[in-house]
Amino acid sequence: MMPKLTYRVWKVWRRNAEVFTKTIFVNFIPSMLEPILYLAAFGLGLGAYFGAEVFPGGASYIQFIAPGLISIAIMYGSFFECTYASFVRMYFQKSFDAIIATPISVDEVIAGETLWGATRATINSTIVLAVVAAFGLASSPTALLIPVVAFFGGLLFASLAMCFTALAPSIDFFNFPAFLFITPMFILSGTFFPIPDVIQGAALGALPLTHVVNLTRGLLTGNFLPLAGLSGVSVALLGLAWLAVATTVFFVLSIHLMKKRLIK
Amino acid sequence: MMGSSEVLIKARGLTKRFNSFTAVDGIDFEVCSGKCVGFLGPNGAGKTTTVRMIYCFLPVTDGELTVAGLDVKTQDRQIKGLIGVCPQEDNLDPDFSVIKNLQVYARYFDIPKQEATKRAEELLKFFALEEKRNAHVESLSGGMKRRLIMARALINQPKVLLLDEPTTGLDPQGRHLVWDEIRTLRKQGVTIILTTHYMEEAEALCDRILVVDNGKIIQTGAPKELIKQYVGKDVLEVEYDEQMVQTLKQELPDVEVEVFGDQVRVFAKQHGSFEQIIKQFPDKNVTIRNANLEDVFLKLTGRRLRE
Ligand SMILES: Nc1ncnc2c1ncn2[C@@H]1O[C@H](COP(=O)(O)OP(=O)(O)O)[C@@H](O)[C@H]1O
Ligand SMILES: [Mg+2]
Repeated sequence: MMPKLTYRVWKVWRRNAEVFTKTIFVNFIPSMLEPILYLAAFGLGLGAYFGAEVFPGGASYIQFIAPGLISIAIMYGSFFECTYASFVRMYFQKSFDAIIATPISVDEVIAGETLWGATRATINSTIVLAVVAAFGLASSPTALLIPVVAFFGGLLFASLAMCFTALAPSIDFFNFPAFLFITPMFILSGTFFPIPDVIQGAALGALPLTHVVNLTRGLLTGNFLPLAGLSGVSVALLGLAWLAVATTVFFVLSIHLMKKRLIK
Repeated sequence: MMGSSEVLIKARGLTKRFNSFTAVDGIDFEVCSGKCVGFLGPNGAGKTTTVRMIYCFLPVTDGELTVAGLDVKTQDRQIKGLIGVCPQEDNLDPDFSVIKNLQVYARYFDIPKQEATKRAEELLKFFALEEKRNAHVESLSGGMKRRLIMARALINQPKVLLLDEPTTGLDPQGRHLVWDEIRTLRKQGVTIILTTHYMEEAEALCDRILVVDNGKIIQTGAPKELIKQYVGKDVLEVEYDEQMVQTLKQELPDVEVEVFGDQVRVFAKQHGSFEQIIKQFPDKNVTIRNANLEDVFLKLTGRRLRE
């Protein structure tokens, strides 16, 4: 039932990390420019039309979207790494087949890919965090814990992505989860506007990005906000529990689905 | 090399089914260390499936398979450490240079970096890829890619080298280069299993051949023995002609005459058997050649090997 994993997972992780560092500048620059653009255009541009303290917790608009941008970087970093990029390695490059012919097992290949996805989430979102801090929007030292949330949140999105990759008949298939799952989360998880009352329960139950946003927002400001009738602390604890359970389930599931796909 | 009679790979009733389709159908074989054994058969015969079971990529459905005394069902990690695989499809890592491909692959086997680099440089030299050391994998020719895959398969100094159609898709020059390298490895005592649907390849490289078709081993033996046993020395090929067939049968009672469609093929046990007969039919377009493994295959299955 549970996958058997050894230190060899890190050899798979390291392969991807080495490819990444070769192209570090191509990867770095967009990760840095994008949040600057969003903060300037939406935060300052659009924010000028809103009052100074109208958003939950007395935040201005730019303060409100900052944790949203960090959370989106977590989601995109891991999800796209473990869908499109992993699919290319698996299907077109046959890299998984090559690695499985060595003492490394399928379980370890998939776990290594997923951990790398979580790492991408951490790297990308930490760059955004640095930009946010440069704009003076990180008001609490707890913001230093955000990379930890990024890694574990990234692990969830990477695991979900791996499940889709295991099921994908072709690379175009990823349009479905991207439009039906990722885009709604991008919009509806309390990223660019507070979650409307009527869908707050649904968002907490079904949109994992909501929990990542809540945690990130709390850590960035040092103030966890109530939501859907729950206290701020309850929202944070619910988020941690939700992420822990979902990550475990989908991590194990992704390895099972992938084994079913690769080993006949 | 030492211990040349030691059995390295042993299969008993080895079977692989994909759902209800049987790709490998209860085969028995042994491979002794230091030998080069070839699986010869048409596409779809089950060669790749067999090789993949040996390197524990595919689980066996039924039967037994051991490598160096280890069971593929339970000791896959140890077995994979002892084997070098050159797969049918190119799966070099296009994100890395030539040398880096070898170094990263060595890491998968827990080979320390310094040792890995030393071995990688030696292998690049052996496979005449030194000049391509820092080249991008995508810039290599088909033959170079094959040789790099073989180099990669040797990075862990395997006890057994599995070569799945090592020369398919290569031009004649590339093929001969690969053949030379396989011969050198053989001389160094590397145990090799290779699959092929080229009979020249099997004849040129293998100590022993397993002729496979439809998931079964239909005959085994040294290439020369198989040819001698099943088809003899000379083969005469000519378009079907009643009179000529009758003459052949009368004058050479030892030969075997087989008709395939509008072609007649005559197999003789001795060289030079046909010379007298041809003179009687000067206007016929007759070919006489050495018997080869394709004749064996045709004899055994009634079908041509190349599809
Ligand atoms: N993963 C698979 N699922 C279903 N059928 C397969 C699979 N792999 C191979 N086969 C079938 O098994 C047979 C043997 O294939 P293979 O071992 O690749 O043959 P060869 O290498 O001799 O050309 C073929 O008919 C092939 O279609
Ligand atoms: Mg094959």
